[in-house]
Amino acid sequence: ILLRRVICPDCFKPAKNKQSVFTRMAVMKALNKIKEEDFHKQFPCPPNSPKAVCTVLEIECAHGAVFVAGRYNKYSRNLPQTPWIIDGERKLESSVEELISDHLLAVFKAESFNFSSSGREDVDVRTLGNGRPFAIELVNPHRVHFTSQEIKELQQKINNSSNKIQVRDLQLVTREAIGHMKEGEEEKTKSYSALIWTNNTIQKKDIEFLNDIKDLKIDQKTPLRVLHRRPLAVRTRIIHSMESHYVDDHHFRLYLKTQAGTYIKEFVHGDFGRTKPNIGSLMNVTADILELDVESVDVDWPPALDD
Amino acid sequence: MATEPAAAEATVPSLVDRYFTRWYKADVKGKPCEDHCILQHSNRICVITLAESHPVLQSGKTIKSISYQISTNCSRLHNKVSGKFKRGAQFLTELAPLCKIYCSDGEEYTVSSCVRGRLMEVNENILHKPSILQEKPSTEGYIAVVLPKFEESKSITEGLLTQKQYEEVLVKRTNAPTATS
Repeated sequence: ILLRRVICPDCFKPAKNKQSVFTRMAVMKALNKIKEEDFHKQFPCPPNSPKAVCTVLEIECAHGAVFVAGRYNKYSRNLPQTPWIIDGERKLESSVEELISDHLLAVFKAESFNFSSSGREDVDVRTLGNGRPFAIELVNPHRVHFTSQEIKELQQKINNSSNKIQVRDLQLVTREAIGHMKEGEEEKTKSYSALIWTNNTIQKKDIEFLNDIKDLKIDQKTPLRVLHRRPLAVRTRIIHSMESHYVDDHHFRLYLKTQAGTYIKEFVHGDFGRTKPNIGSLMNVTADILELDVESVDVDWPPALDD
Repeated sequence: MATEPAAAEATVPSLVDRYFTRWYKADVKGKPCEDHCILQHSNRICVITLAESHPVLQSGKTIKSISYQISTNCSRLHNKVSGKFKRGAQFLTELAPLCKIYCSDGEEYTVSSCVRGRLMEVNENILHKPSILQEKPSTEGYIAVVLPKFEESKSITEGLLTQKQYEEVLVKRTNAPTATS
């Protein structure tokens, strides 16, 4: 409280979502900001003798949070990553985070959880390959000691309970390790496969040129489908490489390797011409995306575990 | 007048069909046949476009130029929007002009917003290549993007026609060509 009032009031701004103004982040920020001499002045070591007796108002005990990380695969095209609830009404059953976290909550006897991942995918997109890294913070867990065998069994339990998702490399990690995951979100590449429809008929030779395009720069205005909750901006992204596979005279599959943060659906249909260039403009057709899969998330964290 | 390919691929819903609901306003500002089509996304964002029946989209019309300078002090191109809450956007009422279209036959058409809300952007692609407006009026040839207030997202469609109601208006027109002056 002294830190807040005297030293750094603007580090401790009350916010709607926070239970208390004194969050770990806020305290760390204030401690980083304060000059060493000021700190010594306010908090001498050894401290001054107290002038009054301290009376206890209330004692509350809580366990420090523990972190569980892993990678998840998503096999459903009807599953949101987080619960989809509008006006108190759930729009789609379950979610990736609940399917994984509910089991952890029970076993760790935790109060609540915070789920985060290295990027995310839409409801109708599958996550294949070796999956997407995630980390779950278990708040106030009453059980924190587990052998690696017990964690393996927990992973098996999650995998047996649902065919919509599967997890791998489930392990306990430190809070610091989470940084690796978020690093991946912005910096690493991702690979996708898309099933594309074209209005005009196409032949095999019409899609061959896509294989030769390397490091294509595209400009994406904030897609209309997220513009209600994101700032309007233009983002330049790179499509590193593509590989096309002919299906029939109105369909082909496209494998792409792109920079993190690329909106694939918009690169295919062009989003009213607001993503340029796009598959439609490159091929001079009207193109649309029927299916999208994440083939790989190129982040090498958490460490892979042998099964 | 149909811009969609033959019925063979009618089973594939287009991008507009998948994400948007079409709403219409006929004879905007009392001008006969100057119909607008508002594409309302499920996230409440509205894309303002010209309806197929609009004079500019009829065969034989050539667009000379398009201007977003709607008055001496106001250009829709100067619209600047910042942050998640889109601060600084020009606020539009239903009758607010978005742009002026000048045709080679001397005719001039004003496109209006038709919905209340914040102007997100106007389509600069049609400035450089006006023919896109005629070739793809429902997608690349859009006029503007408007974000209605959250509280008004349902009510903005109250003054607009559904696809079915619009089609009825068109039928009435062909049956009574002298009805509108």
